Amino acid sequence: MKREFSTIPFNDVLVAHPYAGDFLLSMGMNNFDRSRTLQQFVDCLQDDQLEDLGLDRLQLLEQFELFIGKMRELSNAPSKQVDSITIIGGHNKTGEKEQVRFTLKPGEVICVVGPTGAGKSRLLEDIECLAQGDTPTGRQIFVNNRIPDEDQRFSAEHKLVAQLSQNMNFVIDLTVGEFIAAHADCRMLAEPQEIANRVAKCANELAGEQFTMDTPVTQLSGGQSRALMIADTALLSPLPIVLIDEIENAGVDRKKALDLLVKEEKIVLMSTHDPLLALMGDKRVVIRNGGIAHILMTSKAERANLKELEWIDLKMTELRNLIRAGGAIEFDMRSHFQFDLV
Amino acid sequence: MIRLVTVSGPPSSGKTSVILKTIDCLKAKGFSAGVIKFDCMSSHDERLYEKAGIPAKTGLSGNLCPDHFYISNVDECLTWGVSSGLDFLIIESAGLCNRCSPHIKDILSVCVIDSLSGVNTPQKIGPMLKLADIVVITKGDIISQAEREIFIFRVEQANPKAMIVRSNGITGQGSHELAIMFETATKQSALTGRRLRFSMPAALCSYCLGEMKIGESYQRGNVKKMSWGK
Repeated sequence: MKREFSTIPFNDVLVAHPYAGDFLLSMGMNNFDRSRTLQQFVDCLQDDQLEDLGLDRLQLLEQFELFIGKMRELSNAPSKQVDSITIIGGHNKTGEKEQVRFTLKPGEVICVVGPTGAGKSRLLEDIECLAQGDTPTGRQIFVNNRIPDEDQRFSAEHKLVAQLSQNMNFVIDLTVGEFIAAHADCRMLAEPQEIANRVAKCANELAGEQFTMDTPVTQLSGGQSRALMIADTALLSPLPIVLIDEIENAGVDRKKALDLLVKEEKIVLMSTHDPLLALMGDKRVVIRNGGIAHILMTSKAERANLKELEWIDLKMTELRNLIRAGGAIEFDMRSHFQFDLV
Repeated sequence: MIRLVTVSGPPSSGKTSVILKTIDCLKAKGFSAGVIKFDCMSSHDERLYEKAGIPAKTGLSGNLCPDHFYISNVDECLTWGVSSGLDFLIIESAGLCNRCSPHIKDILSVCVIDSLSGVNTPQKIGPMLKLADIVVITKGDIISQAEREIFIFRVEQANPKAMIVRSNGITGQGSHELAIMFETATKQSALTGRRLRFSMPAALCSYCLGEMKIGESYQRGNVKKMSWGK
């Protein structure tokens, strides 16, 4: 392997590749005179020190070259430009052909509907692994109208899909501020603080109850966690596709959440049976017996109904807030919902 | 000749689930596979494999380091695999100390780690992670997208060369990708003369040999002391 970075003084490496310091940190090599080259340092290491590092001299130098190469690649990677995802039907559980071919575009919201066990997750997974007829459904996925590069298909940094689900929790021991900064670090962004503030502000707009940058993420309520996850995914995740497994009405403004993801040009795929969310989508993929039965475009009539549903949702939210505030619901529901006016 | 894959990872990281799901996918493609499971005190996984119709053997290391025990037996494992006429042999070893490095040169090596174990874990695991060909990250379905991305980034830092697969042992997510990768494993007929990618942790102090008393005068052999400064 070519020695590019291990043969020049480490300080010079740092100038062009500030992340090089992370290599020393992750290897636990703290007492390293940075005016020397890594090669010189490694040559002076004792055998037992190498034993502790868990790499021999050659492996250590090679790992360093690979590390810089990889980090350079990650930091220069253009944000993943996905203009379209095309799904070409395979077959259902009983082998019948799926007669579909459809394309998803940035800023679109696509709902996936069907009974439990029908195969919704399978479809989401086919997209996640960019299936090429080699999964049980036989489906094929095109990115930007062509077959994705086989080498790139399996590497983590070329993954396209971010996931959000009701079952996800924060487990990391950091405050909101530290947490967003740690995520921004991975993206190697120039202004991590600025983006951290934007994510927090955005999350607070989605959440019913406010939280501060000093709140530990594990202390956030269900709604606040969800709001932070959505805002972070929209603004900080580089992945162009977002899979959502039902956003329930748990203290998150769902309409604002979807609007945010759409504004950030994400392709949103959402597994849901909520009429409000379903009608906010542009189309619905109907899954039956492991296959795509058909695709429904959200019609004008449905869009018109959305207004009424939003009204009902708003009125329900008012009742929910009233319950939360310790109030009683004794007044007339017909007039609360203004049924006579609708 | 048999395709050999070695799978290692900290205890409870999900190795067995990952292997079971991946073998499901290999079977669907018409391949047969057997598993040899290495563990310390006891293991119920052989039954899990047999329940799934997968020929399996267990090696219990008892009071020996399970990875030292594993590498001392690996050649015979391969012989068993070859004689049973299987397409794939998967050897599952238990990396108990995070420093173990059971990977063999030119043999497809997989390290399974659990994203619930914390974002600093990739830095804490030695050659088992740093020198693996494939790193499988499990239990990612219950943490946030951001934590997943941070975890993957730290794995990429610790092992820039590895292919990284996110796997869900319950739904089987990732197992198709893994099956496709397993198919690239080279066919082997014997392992004699092959080399480990890195040495196993050094042992052989008096405690390895059964010493029970505490104190400097009882410590012999490969003894290392913490540094306390001046």
